[in-house]
Amino acid sequence: MPQMLVATRKGLFTLEESSGGWRITRTSFLAEPVTNVLHDARDNTLYASLNHGHFGNKLQRSSDMGTTWEEVAVPAYPQKPDDEPDVINPMSGRAIPWKLVLLWELVAGGADQPGVLWAGTLPGGLFRSNDRGASWELMRGLWDRPERREWFGGGYDEPGIHSVCVDPRNSDHLTVGISCGGAWQSRDGGQTWTPRSSGMFAEYMPPERREDPIIQDPHRIVQCPGQPDCFWTQHHNGVFRSTDNCATWEHTPAVQPSDFGFGVAVHPQDGNRAWTVPALKDESRIPVDGKVVVAHTRDGGANWDVQRSGLPQEHAYDLTFRHALAIDESGSRLAFGTTTGSLFTTGDHGQNWQTVTTHLPPVYAVHFVRGS
Amino acid sequence: MPTVSFTRNLQRHLPAPTTAATGTTVAEVLAAVFAEHDQLGSYILDEHGAVRPHVVIFINGRAIRDRTRLSDAVAPDDDVYVMQALSGG
Repeated sequence: MPQMLVATRKGLFTLEESSGGWRITRTSFLAEPVTNVLHDARDNTLYASLNHGHFGNKLQRSSDMGTTWEEVAVPAYPQKPDDEPDVINPMSGRAIPWKLVLLWELVAGGADQPGVLWAGTLPGGLFRSNDRGASWELMRGLWDRPERREWFGGGYDEPGIHSVCVDPRNSDHLTVGISCGGAWQSRDGGQTWTPRSSGMFAEYMPPERREDPIIQDPHRIVQCPGQPDCFWTQHHNGVFRSTDNCATWEHTPAVQPSDFGFGVAVHPQDGNRAWTVPALKDESRIPVDGKVVVAHTRDGGANWDVQRSGLPQEHAYDLTFRHALAIDESGSRLAFGTTTGSLFTTGDHGQNWQTVTTHLPPVYAVHFVRGS
Repeated sequence: MPTVSFTRNLQRHLPAPTTAATGTTVAEVLAAVFAEHDQLGSYILDEHGAVRPHVVIFINGRAIRDRTRLSDAVAPDDDVYVMQALSGG
């Protein structure tokens, strides 16, 4: 039975699909902010990252699909060496802390690396666990890059890693997205890194730094599992596609009704096919004309259609966060959750959408359970 | 022996009983409590042992001054309170 996990500001919800549609079948961590959720299909384990605010970020793990949970370790930054100069946040003027601010992205390692997890965090650290979250190591090869001095926060005060893609052809080939630090790749399991944002542009920067690869604000980067050289990015200034493993990025300006948004989904087998949930750029961040729609392309971004069947088309002010648009492994089911607590699903690539509920807490992340 | 009490909001997440603990500084007193309740420490202090930003520690009703090394002195009959600042949502 298809299953979906929805992480919200006030708890984690498990949904199952039956002939009557999607229904909530379990609540976990009710009233707690759940920042992201992962189903690791390699060993059928669930992970939920919680941000207790006053009491810090925590990671919970379940080996029985959410019946019981145990707290495991969160990524911990090492002590900053005394002789290491502070990295000053160029926007706030304050030093970037060597402390976990937010556990933002949680991804399973490759099929040949059981137990390996990747965590993207604020203030900009990428962490690896080799033991299902029992311990974590900061990837110093990225943290120690001099370009980190140029990164800054987008939305949050500190820069953060929100996207981690593990190449299905080689588990040591990693792509990460940083707001605002651009796209980066490693080919050696995270030891060394190269900026890979060529072609992206930033209208929020002075003209001379518009195309600087290390200050780009990709809101979300996804990789096509079946065509792994194909990536999509929903960027602050538009939607970009790469077909050469991020060597170059091509702007796709035809997105309707707006090319601003946070999430992007790519079809698992067809790298030309992608979806976004547009919003008015960029201070407004509400749907265009109060109508919730999904933008969809089948041809690599040359042409886009607007999916609206079944979606609210009058006075709807839902915003969809970057982890809250999901596609399943078949490519036919998609779902997105919104800031107003709505959850929408489709079983036919978005030709028709259904409203599951409009009463959830604000949705941070939506994740399909693989193999369900 | 100083008494250490915790905000009731912590009880949502894990046991945080009022405890008598040995020590002459905030760091020593908390270390004694965390020795008995090992997960509690990460809810109060960050990964470097400093007080989390929106947590406040009082000694007899006065907020401690050293939130990084927790060096404020604690006398045997003092009451140490671990509280949280309020936030919305």
